[in-house]
Amino acid sequence: MKDRFNLYRFASPATFYPFAGTLIPYFVAVSVVFGLAGLWLGMLVAPTDFQQGEGYRIIFIHVPASWMSMFIYLVMAGWAAIGLAFNTRLSGMMAQALAPTGALMAFLSLLTGALWGKPMWGAWWVWDARLTSELILLFLYIGYMALTAAIDDPRRADKAGGLLLLVGVVNIPIIYFSVKWWNTLHQGSSVNLAKSSMATTMLWGMLLMAMCFWMYSIAVALMRVRTIMLERERHTDWVKAELLGKAGEEK
Amino acid sequence: MKSRHKKLALIGGALAIIGIIAALVLNALNSNIALYISPTDVAEGKAPQGKAFRIGGLVKESSLQRQADGVTIAFVVTDTAKDITVHYKGILPDLFKEGKGVVAQGKMAADGTFTASEVLAKHDENYMPPEAAKAVGDAQAKEAGKHVSPSSYGSDKPKASY
Repeated sequence: MKDRFNLYRFASPATFYPFAGTLIPYFVAVSVVFGLAGLWLGMLVAPTDFQQGEGYRIIFIHVPASWMSMFIYLVMAGWAAIGLAFNTRLSGMMAQALAPTGALMAFLSLLTGALWGKPMWGAWWVWDARLTSELILLFLYIGYMALTAAIDDPRRADKAGGLLLLVGVVNIPIIYFSVKWWNTLHQGSSVNLAKSSMATTMLWGMLLMAMCFWMYSIAVALMRVRTIMLERERHTDWVKAELLGKAGEEK
Repeated sequence: MKSRHKKLALIGGALAIIGIIAALVLNALNSNIALYISPTDVAEGKAPQGKAFRIGGLVKESSLQRQADGVTIAFVVTDTAKDITVHYKGILPDLFKEGKGVVAQGKMAADGTFTASEVLAKHDENYMPPEAAKAVGDAQAKEAGKHVSPSSYGSDKPKASY
């Protein structure tokens, strides 16, 4: 049989494990490059803002973290749908691997938002729709991790967690459109596909930082999924061979 | 129909139902989710009686009055249709400015003014260097055919959503 490229081949942990291993260094390197470029552009090149002065520069962390927190959740929900419909092993592992990074991003978004809100708005926190729905997102991540950790059988844990992920996905459009639908203290979005209301260098700094966060998330998720694979498949031959090979190398 | 296609359709259907439920609930809760109401809402009697609530709008141009003690403040919140005078004692956030957005929490007094316990500044989504802001302000002033000082950019053109 001819060994042609087949996407389904990578659905098997035995083939995905080494594949992920070769990809990780590239994602780390690209993330560092984007991060340095983004910080340089954002902190040194981008002009001072006309109303907020230098304080606005926290946007270069705040917005990428917020975007990632929403996007990672959508990806996890996508994996959950695939896992529930097709009963694939990899999908549950991918959702598991993404969850801590998503929670970190949601937390970063709330933390930087609080630090930014105090000097600009005059309050660390208000219960407006944008802030509250983002807090719910953080709770969804924590709830998913707690639920899957509480169920011993990983396959059942994936199913229960997947249902939670799918129900929670309704929160994502609420976060995104909250500033449009309701009166909020949080301002409207500065960037969308049609237009941006930011100076060009500011915008590019933000997009570069977003790419940095993106690559970082992929890199750590791949690292985490490799660990999860070894743990879940520890009784299989390929893990034994993998671990034996590692031990052999060290000797 | 294969079982996995059935499952996929089931997931899709469940998501649609959850979405519709969420939309209905949020619609029903609409007035509770809004962080603040506008002076027009207050004029229409939508403000809760005897309870604290928030009003939002723009700080009317040249309406800010500061007492000699420096912390007793009065200003007018406007949505360009209706105005409400707000009394406040405390420190204002840095971004508080005439012509800019503001959200104040407090109660209506008997004389129709608003006594605020907290005043928050609401800024817009524009980020640009001061020179660009000045250029935009000048261009708008030119278009409007009158002089507007650069520092009050955007002040005479309140947007629908502040």
